[in-house]
Amino acid sequence: MEVVSHTVINITIFVLAIYVGYHVVWNVTPALHTPLMAVTNAVSAIVIVGAMLAAALTETGLGKTMGVLAVALAAVNVFGGFLVTRRMLQMFKKKERKTGGAG
Amino acid sequence: MMNVVTLLYLVASICFIQALKGLSHPGTSRLGNLFGMIGMAIAVLTTAALIVELSVSGAAGLGYVLAGLVVGGGAGAVMANRVEMTKMPELVAFMHSMIGLAAVFIAVAAVAEPWALGITAHGAAIPGGNRLELFLGAAIGAVTFSGSVIAFGKLSGKYRFRLFQGAPVVFKGQHVVNLLLGLALVGFGIVFIATESWPAFFAMLALSFVIGVLIIIPIGGADMPVVVSMLNSYSGWAAAGIGFSLNNPMLIIAGSLVGSSGAILSYIMCKAMNRSFFNVLLGGFGGETGPAVTGGEQKTAKSGSAEDVAFLMSNAESVIIVPGYGLAVARAQHAVKELAAKLTAKGVQVRYAIHPVAGRMPGHMNVLLAEAEIPYDQVFEMEDINGEFGTADVALILGANDVVNPLAEVKGSAIYGMPILEAHKARTVIVNKRSMASGYAGLDNPLFYMDKTMMVFGDAKKVVADIVKAIE
Repeated sequence: MEVVSHTVINITIFVLAIYVGYHVVWNVTPALHTPLMAVTNAVSAIVIVGAMLAAALTETGLGKTMGVLAVALAAVNVFGGFLVTRRMLQMFKKKERKTGGAG
Repeated sequence: MMNVVTLLYLVASICFIQALKGLSHPGTSRLGNLFGMIGMAIAVLTTAALIVELSVSGAAGLGYVLAGLVVGGGAGAVMANRVEMTKMPELVAFMHSMIGLAAVFIAVAAVAEPWALGITAHGAAIPGGNRLELFLGAAIGAVTFSGSVIAFGKLSGKYRFRLFQGAPVVFKGQHVVNLLLGLALVGFGIVFIATESWPAFFAMLALSFVIGVLIIIPIGGADMPVVVSMLNSYSGWAAAGIGFSLNNPMLIIAGSLVGSSGAILSYIMCKAMNRSFFNVLLGGFGGETGPAVTGGEQKTAKSGSAEDVAFLMSNAESVIIVPGYGLAVARAQHAVKELAAKLTAKGVQVRYAIHPVAGRMPGHMNVLLAEAEIPYDQVFEMEDINGEFGTADVALILGANDVVNPLAEVKGSAIYGMPILEAHKARTVIVNKRSMASGYAGLDNPLFYMDKTMMVFGDAKKVVADIVKAIE
C-alpha cells in the first residue's frame, strides 16, 4: 500500500482543528470576546516552537538572526497574551464575588 | 524521541482547546487561561529538550533561545501589566503584527537552512509541497504584519501620518492595483515553488508587505472591530502555514483554532454592522458623509444641565445606560457605577445596553465595565435589551453615537440596515457628548434633534459626577 503523504495528514489535522475551533468559539460568551482575542494572540505565538529550532539549530548568521528575532517576537505574545488575559479575567472575577456576596 | 515529542505536543494542543473552551463562562475562564499557559509551557520545554537532543553542541544553542525569550517575554509582561483597558485594541493589533513578523522570520530561516527545522536532510532542496506551504505562511505573515501596523496606527489615532488616520485612504483604480499586486504575488510564489530562488522569495515578501498596507488603508475607523478580528484570523492562518511547512501538527491545530476564532469574530462584527465581509474589505466606509436626511439649518438640539438630568433620572422607574467609547476615553466608568448605585438606592432599575461594536473591538465595552466592577447581571447584549427601551423612562447615552443613530433605519443613509440600540424609543433620551461633532462613521445623528432628547455637553466623567452630586 502507498504511504500517505505528510501533506494529506496535515490537511486532515487542519480541517478537524477548524471544526473544533468553530464549535468552541461559538460557545464563547460575547462578554468575553476581548479576552478571547488576547488569549488567541498568545496561542498563535506557538510559532515560537519553530522559532526556537531556528535560533538554536541553524548555523548561518542569517538563520540565527532570524531565529532569535522570531523567538523574541513570539515571546512578546506568549507572555503579553496570557498575562493580559489573566488581568482581564481577574476583573470579571471581582464582579462575580460582589454579586455573589450581595445575593 | 520524535514520538514522545509529538505526543507531548498533542497534550499542549488539547490545553489550547481547553483555554478557548473555558471562555464560554467567566467562572471557568481563568482555569482555561491556566490551561493555555500550561500548554505553552509544555510546548516550549519539549522543544528545548528536543534541541538539546538534536544539537551537536548540546545545550549551547539554547542560549540564543533564552536571550530571545528574556527580551521578548520581558517586554510582553511589562506591556500586559501596564496597558490601559481602553488601549486593548492597540495592544491586540500590536500582538498580531508580532506573530506576522515572527512567521516571516521563521520562513526566511527555513528557506535558508531547511535542515535545521527538520524539513529536509542536510544539504537537500526543500520539497515542492513544503515550498508552497512556506510561501503561504510567509505571505500571510507579511500581510498580517504590515496590515496590523496600519490598524495599530488607525486605532491609536494619535499619529499625524496620513495612513495612520481613521479616514479611509482611497484612490482611483485601487482595486485594480490590489488585484495586479495579488497576481504578481502569486506569480513570484510560483517561481519560488518551482526554483526555490531567493530573489523570488524576497520579492514575494516585499509585495506581501505592500498588500498588507493597501488592504487596510481604505478601511475606515468605524470598521476597526472587523479589521482587528480579521487580522486575528490571519495571524492564526500564518501560524498554521508555518505548521504545515514544518510538519508540526501542534502548530496547525493552534493556528487553525486562532484562525477560525478570528473568522467567527469578524462575522459577528460584520453582522452587527449589517455589512458583508466583502463590503468591509473593499473599504471606503467611515469617511463619507451620509445624505442630508434632516435639513441643515433648522436643526436645533435642546441642551440641559446636570441638575435637569438628575431630576429626570431620580424620578424614573427604569433607566438604561448606553455606554460608548467616549465613556471609556473619559474614564467615566467608575463615576457611572456610582451613579447607578445612587439610582438603585432610590428604587430605580438600572441596566446597561451594550452594542456588539461598542468600543473598538469585540467585547471591549464589557471589559471596560468589568474593570469598573459593574455587576455582570446588569449588563445586557443588544438582542436582549432592545425590546426594553420602549418601556424605559430614561435612556442615558454616554459617549455613544453611531450605535444609537436612527439613520440606520433610513433607506439610503450610509449606515442603513445596521442594527442599533433603539434608545430613541425611550420616553426621554439624554445624550452626553463633548460636542455636536459626528461619530466615527462621520454621520450626523437625528436622535440629537428629537423633541424628547436632551443634550448634556461636556466630559463624560465630569458630567456624570455632576449628576451624582445633583441627585444627592
